[in-house]
Amino acid sequence: MINDQYQKRKYVLAAIFISVALIYIARLFFLQVVDGSDYLKQSENNAYVNRVIIPSRGLIKDRNGKLIVYNKPAYDLMIIPREFASAKQDTAEFCKAIGMTVEQFNARMKELRNKRGYNRFRPAPLIQQFDNEEFSAIREKLYRFKGVYAQKQVLREYNYHNGALVLGSIGEVDTSIINNDNYYKLGDFAGMEGVEKTYEKWLRGEKGFEILLRDSRGRIMGKYNDGKEDIAPVQGHELTLSLDIELQKYGEELMNGKKGSVTAIEPATGEILALISSPTYDPSLLVGRGRSENYKKLYRDKKLLPLFNRAIQAQYPPGSTFKTAQALILQQEGIITSHTAFGCSHGFHSGGLTVGCHGHTSPLDLMHSIQHSCNAYYCYGYKNMIDDRKYGTVSKAIDTWRDHTLSLGFGNRLGIDIPGEKSGKIPDSKKYNRIYGDNRWKGLTIISNSIGQGEILSTPLQIANLGATIANRGFFYTPHLVKGISDAEIDTSFITKHVSTIDPKYYDVIVDGMELVMISGTGFYSRIDSISVCGKTGTAQNPHGKDHSIFMAFAPKDDPKIAISVVVENSGFGATWAAPIATLMIEKYLKGYIPKKREPIEKRLKEANLINE
Amino acid sequence: MRSDENIFSKIDWITVALYFVLVICGWFAIYGAVYEFDDTYFWDFSTKFGRQFVWIICAIAIGTVLLLLNNRVYDTFSYQIYILAIIVLIVTLVIATDTRGSRSWLKFGSISLQPAEFAKTATCLALAKYTSAFGFNIKNLASSWKAYLIILLPMLIIICQKETGTALAYLAMFLVLYRLGMTGIVLLLGVCAVVYFIVAIRYGEVPIINDLPDESFGIFLVVMFAIGITLALIWFYLEDFEFIKWSALGVTAFMVVGYGLYKWLNLSVSFSLIALVCSGIMGIGMIVMFFKTRKFQYIFISLFLGGSIAFGNMADYAFNNILAHHQRERIKVTLGMEMDEKGSFYNVNQSMIAIGAGQITGKGFLNGTQNRYGFVPEKETDFIFCTVGEEHGFIGSFVVILLFVVLMLRLIYLAERQRSAFSRIYGYCVSSIFFFHLAINIGMVTGLTPVIGIPLPFFSYGGSSLWSFTILLFVFLRLDASRKEYMG
Repeated sequence: MINDQYQKRKYVLAAIFISVALIYIARLFFLQVVDGSDYLKQSENNAYVNRVIIPSRGLIKDRNGKLIVYNKPAYDLMIIPREFASAKQDTAEFCKAIGMTVEQFNARMKELRNKRGYNRFRPAPLIQQFDNEEFSAIREKLYRFKGVYAQKQVLREYNYHNGALVLGSIGEVDTSIINNDNYYKLGDFAGMEGVEKTYEKWLRGEKGFEILLRDSRGRIMGKYNDGKEDIAPVQGHELTLSLDIELQKYGEELMNGKKGSVTAIEPATGEILALISSPTYDPSLLVGRGRSENYKKLYRDKKLLPLFNRAIQAQYPPGSTFKTAQALILQQEGIITSHTAFGCSHGFHSGGLTVGCHGHTSPLDLMHSIQHSCNAYYCYGYKNMIDDRKYGTVSKAIDTWRDHTLSLGFGNRLGIDIPGEKSGKIPDSKKYNRIYGDNRWKGLTIISNSIGQGEILSTPLQIANLGATIANRGFFYTPHLVKGISDAEIDTSFITKHVSTIDPKYYDVIVDGMELVMISGTGFYSRIDSISVCGKTGTAQNPHGKDHSIFMAFAPKDDPKIAISVVVENSGFGATWAAPIATLMIEKYLKGYIPKKREPIEKRLKEANLINE
Repeated sequence: MRSDENIFSKIDWITVALYFVLVICGWFAIYGAVYEFDDTYFWDFSTKFGRQFVWIICAIAIGTVLLLLNNRVYDTFSYQIYILAIIVLIVTLVIATDTRGSRSWLKFGSISLQPAEFAKTATCLALAKYTSAFGFNIKNLASSWKAYLIILLPMLIIICQKETGTALAYLAMFLVLYRLGMTGIVLLLGVCAVVYFIVAIRYGEVPIINDLPDESFGIFLVVMFAIGITLALIWFYLEDFEFIKWSALGVTAFMVVGYGLYKWLNLSVSFSLIALVCSGIMGIGMIVMFFKTRKFQYIFISLFLGGSIAFGNMADYAFNNILAHHQRERIKVTLGMEMDEKGSFYNVNQSMIAIGAGQITGKGFLNGTQNRYGFVPEKETDFIFCTVGEEHGFIGSFVVILLFVVLMLRLIYLAERQRSAFSRIYGYCVSSIFFFHLAINIGMVTGLTPVIGIPLPFFSYGGSSLWSFTILLFVFLRLDASRKEYMG
């Protein structure tokens, strides 16, 4: 049989074996080499679970190192919808275990489905921010269910329940945030207002990831590669605020029962020592699961507007506090000198127009015009400047005036490091040309500007900043709340000196005038014996009701440590409410205590309720 | 004719080396497939790789014993061994308890054996004995029907044991019959049957034209295929180009007219019917040609045509009415007709993910996640190749297939050098069975063939599988060692 006729068929069989092997090798080539990376991804999706580790958020301290905001642990109950559903578990039993009704569960799932970033294969937050106690109650029951797990979260906790609008809060990210920054995923938290928002990038740290292995039944089998591929979370930077939290607290107490604001700045640096808007609220209201409910309540309070940061968002006519700025500009433009005196007969009278003034000796020079806050002096001065021939036209004159005003920090946002600041308003020639026709107006037409009324609007922050500029005799730093960020530099805009267009030599007479205000002028009743305070009262006319009381001050006169503006809405003349609050703040800041003699004033202020019930 | 002075100097060590390499690779694959984090001792008998280690030691012992036996034993007692195997198979069918739907396991204490695996060797021996007998002629049905019976009898019993996959492996022996001179037409018919079956099922529910939903594209395709192969056969065997020309023109003309009637007269035309009419006319034509030329090939080819069409229709019917639901599902998934995320599609898909994820060089030994975390089903038995693919990549898979191909070709080489027809035929049986297992198993895990439960020789976990392949191979090595004692 060795020479059988079918000998050649051995080649046919060998060829069949080899061809099939080649077909399989080709198949394997396509599976492993051509499409290998796709399959690798699929195998990773099968077996790897990426769990996010939320970093500890940066602490917030005040300028003296006092801890204001820290963290407490919280837990988010995460659900992976697809896994939860495919495990075919008893939803009712699950809901019972975590303490919600099936209806709530279904509603929440529906809500999640409509959110951006929802993916049934990825974790979504079912219930957020359980605190430790709440969570330990359900932790025991959780392991029985598939497709749900707890993710450690971070909740804010407050040592001081003050400065809510400065600090801001953290809240769940919305669609626009997720769209703009791919750091955030559905269910993440981010700073929403205040410094929490501005310094979010520093405070949030960097999320970590751990890669876990799971088997085909969804059980976690351990860490991938012994955790070598895990990324540890990076703790957030610590934020030191320029705020003096004790002063902030004291100011909030003084402002209790009043609408208004207190803004205190360290003139030499632009650091904000206190930024009080009243009425305020306890920042811990906006933490955890009560957040959205409480936020709604605050948001809907249209009477008190607790979410409205009056210190940077309210715009008032600065009133007589603005006379200091006018005095500077008029000197710089050579319209007046410190010796220029104008007469005042219970006001300024020109043609049919009268701007009233209270009783004081006449005529007054510049320094005494500030002491007595003489309206007539500034009407004459401002009228003389606007109508001065040297400018050619009134337009040119007012624009020159406006440039000086802007250099003193008015008319534009100063650039404070919390969101929402308003710019105030300083009118320009275009505005009047539009109203009255090109240059068909004169000083008298816009005379209200001279005493800080008319078309001028400013924020309390700008008024405090004017105080700081005068205290510095000619410059200011952008008022800011950050004093330092651990392992990072603060924004250079906060260490850039803004020099005013007014020669420093013109400031002294203003400073002396403001000192006289406290010694024997409109601020007399609020004086502090041991500290030379320079102040200026003001009253902002309010077409809707009683005038707003304004006070601007700085102290001590020769080495200013604090500049301050106080606005008390609907309280009338500046000396009555705003001035004593300002001097108490100054005294508290500089001395650390209030002398016995002034305690009755302090008590009266704390207890006064000026909000109409 | 003194036998075995020193048997170990005569055996083919190349094959033995291939055997050891494959067994060791297989053991490492099992280790990778079932390894858990806290397993430290590979000889731990409570783990599957520990037990496999014991099976390997036993297999080596079995192989040694087989080599030490007199080579005449296999030749002499072939039929007795075969009859014993058939009896054991029947006994198994009767007494075996149901193990996951199969009644093929015999339990001896803690050890279970699957006689269906061992019966392969017995069947090969009997087939070799019968077909090597003097006067056997494969072309003579009177003498060859018993050869077919030797193959089909154990298959039938094993199918009754619900081990269809194992039973199909016996089909490998038809390759041996082909080598012995069985006409290639049988293989052609076999291939045609598979093609018809696949086409009829795959396109069975697809309409030819969406407007004519009642018509099955599958049947139409089968008929057209049959016509095409018929014409090819006429060309090959008869070289009757006139017939081919007129048939092709006729079919084309019928189709064009049919399409015209449908398109312009909006008649509901059955293209399958037109194709059937064409094939009918061709059949009559061939019978006419037979009477004209007295060439019997015309009759055979016309029978082929008729048989093909009948088979296509029967396949469709059998698929929908005879096969069990899970078998239908497996076939549908394999043919890409259905995506069943949790069922058989899930298994094949996970298997493909595992293999594909290995990419070129693999994830590394013990680093596979698909297998170790249970995404791949039956990871240590039928799907053991997934571990090779995932942990050792294309290179590893390639090497394993290469080793098998070298083994199969080596066996053909060894078979061809035998002087005894018995040894040669037996050698072909061994090679063909390895081929069939490799083809079905790798085809299954790579998604090319339906999921048929069939082990990968030397790799899949289990004593029965390892021992039966060892016996199959070592019997041949023993025969080969004594090849010079036989007279040509």
